[in-house]
Amino acid sequence: MGAAAGGGDVKRATGGRVVGLLAKHAFLVIICLAALYPLWFIVSTALKSNAAYQLNPTGFPTHPSFGALRSIVVDQPLPRWMLNSFLVTISSVAVSTLIALLAAYAIVFGSFRGHKIFLSTSVALMVVPPVTLLVPMFVFMVDRGWVNHLQSVIIFYSGLLVPFAIFFLTNFFRTVPHELIEAASVEGAGPFTVLRRVVMPLSGAAGFTLVVVQAIWVWNELLIALVFLQDESARTLMSGLAQFQGRYSTNQPLVLAGALVSIAPVVLLYLSGQRFFVRGLTAGIGK
Amino acid sequence: MGFAFGYPLVQVVRESFYAGNFASPIWVGLDNYKGVIADPEFHTSLLNNLKLLVAVPVMLGLGLLIALVLNDRIRGGRQYQAIVFLPYVLPATAIGIAFSFLLQQNGVLNTALRSAHLGVLAQDWLGNAHLAIVSVGGLVVWQQLGFGVVVFTAALLALPPETAEAARIDGAGWWALQRRVLIPQIRPIIELLTVIQVITVLTWVFNYVYVLTSGGPGYASSVMELYIWRSFSNGANGTAASVAVMLLGMASVLIGLSLWVRRRAVAT
Repeated sequence: MGAAAGGGDVKRATGGRVVGLLAKHAFLVIICLAALYPLWFIVSTALKSNAAYQLNPTGFPTHPSFGALRSIVVDQPLPRWMLNSFLVTISSVAVSTLIALLAAYAIVFGSFRGHKIFLSTSVALMVVPPVTLLVPMFVFMVDRGWVNHLQSVIIFYSGLLVPFAIFFLTNFFRTVPHELIEAASVEGAGPFTVLRRVVMPLSGAAGFTLVVVQAIWVWNELLIALVFLQDESARTLMSGLAQFQGRYSTNQPLVLAGALVSIAPVVLLYLSGQRFFVRGLTAGIGK
Repeated sequence: MGFAFGYPLVQVVRESFYAGNFASPIWVGLDNYKGVIADPEFHTSLLNNLKLLVAVPVMLGLGLLIALVLNDRIRGGRQYQAIVFLPYVLPATAIGIAFSFLLQQNGVLNTALRSAHLGVLAQDWLGNAHLAIVSVGGLVVWQQLGFGVVVFTAALLALPPETAEAARIDGAGWWALQRRVLIPQIRPIIELLTVIQVITVLTWVFNYVYVLTSGGPGYASSVMELYIWRSFSNGANGTAASVAVMLLGMASVLIGLSLWVRRRAVAT
């Protein structure tokens, strides 16, 4: 701004800027409150007795009660469901990551024909709706007697995760300097040694990001879990919760205590590594 | 991938021409498709998926606005972004259950509206046949908003600062700067995200509908995924498979579109 404009103009301009800045913060604060309120509702309700909740659903839990939380752990199969969810999540992510690691390595550093088509197939498969695969997969699992066993969903989830994992790791491997690989190969290291000794040590952050994103996806999945795991004791946390909702519709603190338990690991993971989440979950958009 | 995608993709097409249970399938030709196309419940489900398309411009428009505001290097920008993104990572099941309680006839939202003397706005959000799918759309926007914000923020951050600087020197106001200079530059990303979110609301909303309304009242808020699930649960595998094939057809077109748009977005 030129000096000739005079002090008055400058003052007006800064006054306008202050108003604009306040408006922006007000806007963002409203958005954030809207984002956080349902979470606060879950936490505050889970800490109320049903009677207190009926009396005042929105009030602050002035006399927090851990009755609902104790009840879901002691009287309900929630710990079992949680264990199932953990087992399914860890296994699926491990299987898919391992497969994708080898595939992506072959795509980037190997020399096999058609790696381009293979990669674009992966990108296309990333967005195939899982619901369309449901019926044949169910028939397949019934034939093998795997319905109500965790391996049914572990196999299905692993398969669904592989395309994204390949896409993600391919992008990452492309950033690894080729000279490093060549140097190691010249010294006589085979592809598995190169992968283990050279590429993987460089992949710490990317690997963690990939694992986190896949884990969240599996942990949150409902439809497949609902269809494949129908026995009370075989349910995952999400399919168990969906059932809870109908069964205890008059005891909302109990249901939301279950919801809180299912959300807590995700939120803790998010708080510990938010940047990994952001980078990983938006990776499908990037190059 | 061959097993997890190839086998079921072929198999689902085959099954769509059969009826009866798994053990003794009967060839019925196109009867499953004819049955589905004549079914008013399918019409409603398809229509609801199309209605949910309205959620896409809402979430992306609002997301873009938030990203533009954050792009002004506002204080606490990172914290704001972290909070807005949080809903996106949470399990839709747990969140959907919370929303189902909030939106009940005598739930928190209506109680708040009544105590603010806005009782006229209080509605039966989940029980009204016309409003139920709107509520589902609201939940979808709530959860997906942060995704757009993060993607757009990253795209804006990657822009060369010179063009914006030049526009500012030319005396462009805030709106003019956003509309004429910044938004056109991230247009490929906006297009890509639009296609991706269209795929989401057409094929990936089972969670939301299942826990929020279960497709009710009646089947007023059903969607195609729920229709597949319901047919399948009733033993009508052929019907479920034929809808799955139709959904796959729609998705294929969109996937093709997304690959094309992605190439353009990556090229710039």
